[in-house]
Amino acid sequence: MNAPLTTPEQHLLSHSERQSQVVRALQAVLPPHALIWNAEDTTPYECDGLTAYRARPLAVALPETEAQIAGVLKACHALDVPVVARGAGTGLSGGAMPHAMGVTLSLAKFNRILGVDPVARTATVQCGVRNLAISEAAAPYGLYYAPDPSSQIACTIGGNVAENSGGVHCLKYGLTLHNVLRVRGFTMEGEPIAFGSEALDGAGLDLLPLVVGSEGMLAVTVEVTVKLVPKPQLARCIMASFDDIQKAGDAVAAVIANGIIPAGLEMMDKPMTAAVEDYVRAGYDLTAAAILLCESDGTPEEVEEEIGRMTAVLRAAGATAIAVSNNEDERLKFWSGRKNAFPASGRISPDYMCLDSTIPRKRLADILLAIQQMEIKYNLRCCNVFHAGDGNLHPLILFDANDPDELHRCELFGADILETSVAMGGTVSGEHGVGVEKLNSMCVQFTAQENEQMMGVKRAFDPAGLLNPGKVIPSLVRCAEYGKQVFRAGQTLPHADLPRF
Amino acid sequence: MDTAALDLLVERICAAAADGAPLCIRGGGTKDFYGEAPQGEPLSTAELTGITSYEPTELVVTVRAGTPLAELEQALAEKGQCLPFEPPRFDHPADPGVFGGTVGGMVASGLAGPSRASVGSVRDYVLGAQIVNGRGEVLNFGGTVMKNVAGYDVSRVLAGSLGTLGLITEVSLKVLPVAPAEATLTFACSQADALRLLNGWGGQPLPLNASRWSEGGGGTLWLRLRGAVAAVDAACDHLGGERVDDALAQADWMACRDQRLPWFASADASQGLWRVSVPQTAPVLSLDGAPLVEWHGGQRWYVAPADAAGRIRVAASAAGGHATLVRTTTPTPGVARFDALSPPLMAIHRALKREFDPAGIFNRGRLYRDL
Repeated sequence: MNAPLTTPEQHLLSHSERQSQVVRALQAVLPPHALIWNAEDTTPYECDGLTAYRARPLAVALPETEAQIAGVLKACHALDVPVVARGAGTGLSGGAMPHAMGVTLSLAKFNRILGVDPVARTATVQCGVRNLAISEAAAPYGLYYAPDPSSQIACTIGGNVAENSGGVHCLKYGLTLHNVLRVRGFTMEGEPIAFGSEALDGAGLDLLPLVVGSEGMLAVTVEVTVKLVPKPQLARCIMASFDDIQKAGDAVAAVIANGIIPAGLEMMDKPMTAAVEDYVRAGYDLTAAAILLCESDGTPEEVEEEIGRMTAVLRAAGATAIAVSNNEDERLKFWSGRKNAFPASGRISPDYMCLDSTIPRKRLADILLAIQQMEIKYNLRCCNVFHAGDGNLHPLILFDANDPDELHRCELFGADILETSVAMGGTVSGEHGVGVEKLNSMCVQFTAQENEQMMGVKRAFDPAGLLNPGKVIPSLVRCAEYGKQVFRAGQTLPHADLPRF
Repeated sequence: MDTAALDLLVERICAAAADGAPLCIRGGGTKDFYGEAPQGEPLSTAELTGITSYEPTELVVTVRAGTPLAELEQALAEKGQCLPFEPPRFDHPADPGVFGGTVGGMVASGLAGPSRASVGSVRDYVLGAQIVNGRGEVLNFGGTVMKNVAGYDVSRVLAGSLGTLGLITEVSLKVLPVAPAEATLTFACSQADALRLLNGWGGQPLPLNASRWSEGGGGTLWLRLRGAVAAVDAACDHLGGERVDDALAQADWMACRDQRLPWFASADASQGLWRVSVPQTAPVLSLDGAPLVEWHGGQRWYVAPADAAGRIRVAASAAGGHATLVRTTTPTPGVARFDALSPPLMAIHRALKREFDPAGIFNRGRLYRDL
């Protein structure tokens, strides 16, 4: 669990007094229907998409105006109360898990699209607007918002900014950071602030890369201006089978080496393919050790040319079967399994844990083989889907949460995958964020000094340390208890012999 | 890496921090003109050279800060890859006519060339960095993979930070394959028409890559397309205009990238060079002189003296942008090089500076005179 949270025992006596104090202060800035604090009302807020970690906040504020947001922040700042901003609650790492002695700031009511400018190719939307709703609003102009996390039907742009969300098209179209021009909101003190602008750069330090992906720890986002891009006229997908994982991994490298940047490049291993085929009946090759989905988009001429080049590369890389979508229905059918990997896993196991890490592309086969060894070690099954184009893995570990030992083995299995990813030159989170889930793993990826410097970044934006405290950056104590703090050569007496970048 | 070189730099940083003595981080020394006046003892990255790792199939290169930019671009070109944002190159201080910039300087200045509006900025291609902070700690942020949300994205903030947060010792950059095809078209049109055309094309699936407009001969818009062969051919047919000979066009785009077009030379030596960054849809600005317009309308260069700052900054700000005094030959005590920040943003800048560089030794006053 999240170490920085105060234990209930410790605050048993003061909890109700503190709650009354906070509720009184918030009642002064919010209408009655915009504030809830009874346990039965706040329970739905006790977790986000990571349901294993829960806490009930002192109160949930549901402001309707920006003045009310500022009021809530000022009141909380004055009382030294932690604030956790929340969008749709679809996050997978516990980034929006409440603080037991804090206020959850639900921004669900900020759900208006303020404007779509087809000439400037931008949309300005409130933080609670759903990712997909932006593309829907832009569609009449032949434009769309490129980042497409798989939860795009439900997740909000405010949450996407918090997590720097990705999706299946990142390699070609970038992450949230690359598609956001401006973020407007409030500091923890309740002061209005804006990062970025509608121009391509601004004066001073470029703070957007800090704010985007900060998991709500640096500022509260209320409005986002995003870039819209022309919708490709055509997309076609190649489905290629491989009889060997190493060959499939090499095929991914070969595509890139040939100067091709696919719109999407995804991989499923054999267990995953079996699970999704049973679910969607898309006609996947069940004999293949791995299946690659490789997509091209653009003008019809461009796609024709690129599909030809991709097919040649995949054949040369040893594909045992290749199919190319001939129409939109076929393309969607190819994707249906990949898009349904999670529900398909839910059907074959009582529970599953979805991991998220990134490795260099060239290590795809290595990590798959390592995961196969871990299946034996932890006596649990694991299905694998990869955003192969950018090396982002989503292993799904199958387990039964009613069996405490399975849950425990699953957690060890997950940590092992993350730490193996770091050892292979990767990172403990590709797109789901650290939240509370991966605090321990951060000790393995960053030195104490690096984590402390990141704490310094937080202090610079939020000197009182009240915005979503205890997330993302592990404390020294936590890393010491976890016993896996990374020490790089050169920490006391500097060396250049740094093992990993 | 030459361990001793990094050790020596760390020792100097620790000593400077103890004495509160400012250090002026120096790569090739080609951008002394940019930002506020450099202060302090030079801290050279000249010993931190070489490509640490380059794997074309990963689209990632890791390179030490003092490596000449030309060396990096050469290594990428050998594998058919490039830095798509086309950072400008300036003369070696001791050897005019030879480019002298380093990779560290490219990241610290955050300057990008003609393709920036279409392909992204320096920051967009930074994947990771190693820095030495003001406490002499060697720190790594980001990494070498495309998708990475572990911790705050400190490495990208370094792009354009002018060395104020720490000494950049190594960076990892995303690189891309050189596009298979390229073509340049010209259109005779006014600035207003050029802006209208560019914003119209921007909403269509066309392989736009760079544009520039200047006034000569009633106004000319140059448009560069890059992408798949079929896409470039189809766009040429669709857009019309006049196709420019590829070799001539490439020479001009290089000159544009390096701020050596005749337009830049025409700047009166006693005048200053201003870069006005505005939304691409901003109308023609009511400022004196004929600008060079780049970045599909997003970057507009003006030749004007430093003391035109008031007018230029008001016009830029009214259009939703900002203005930078890029070059000036006369001292400008009353004119800041960069636009002032709002009080809450400036407070964050000061606090970040304190957190990374508590003794305030790195490139003191280079970004803002009191930072």
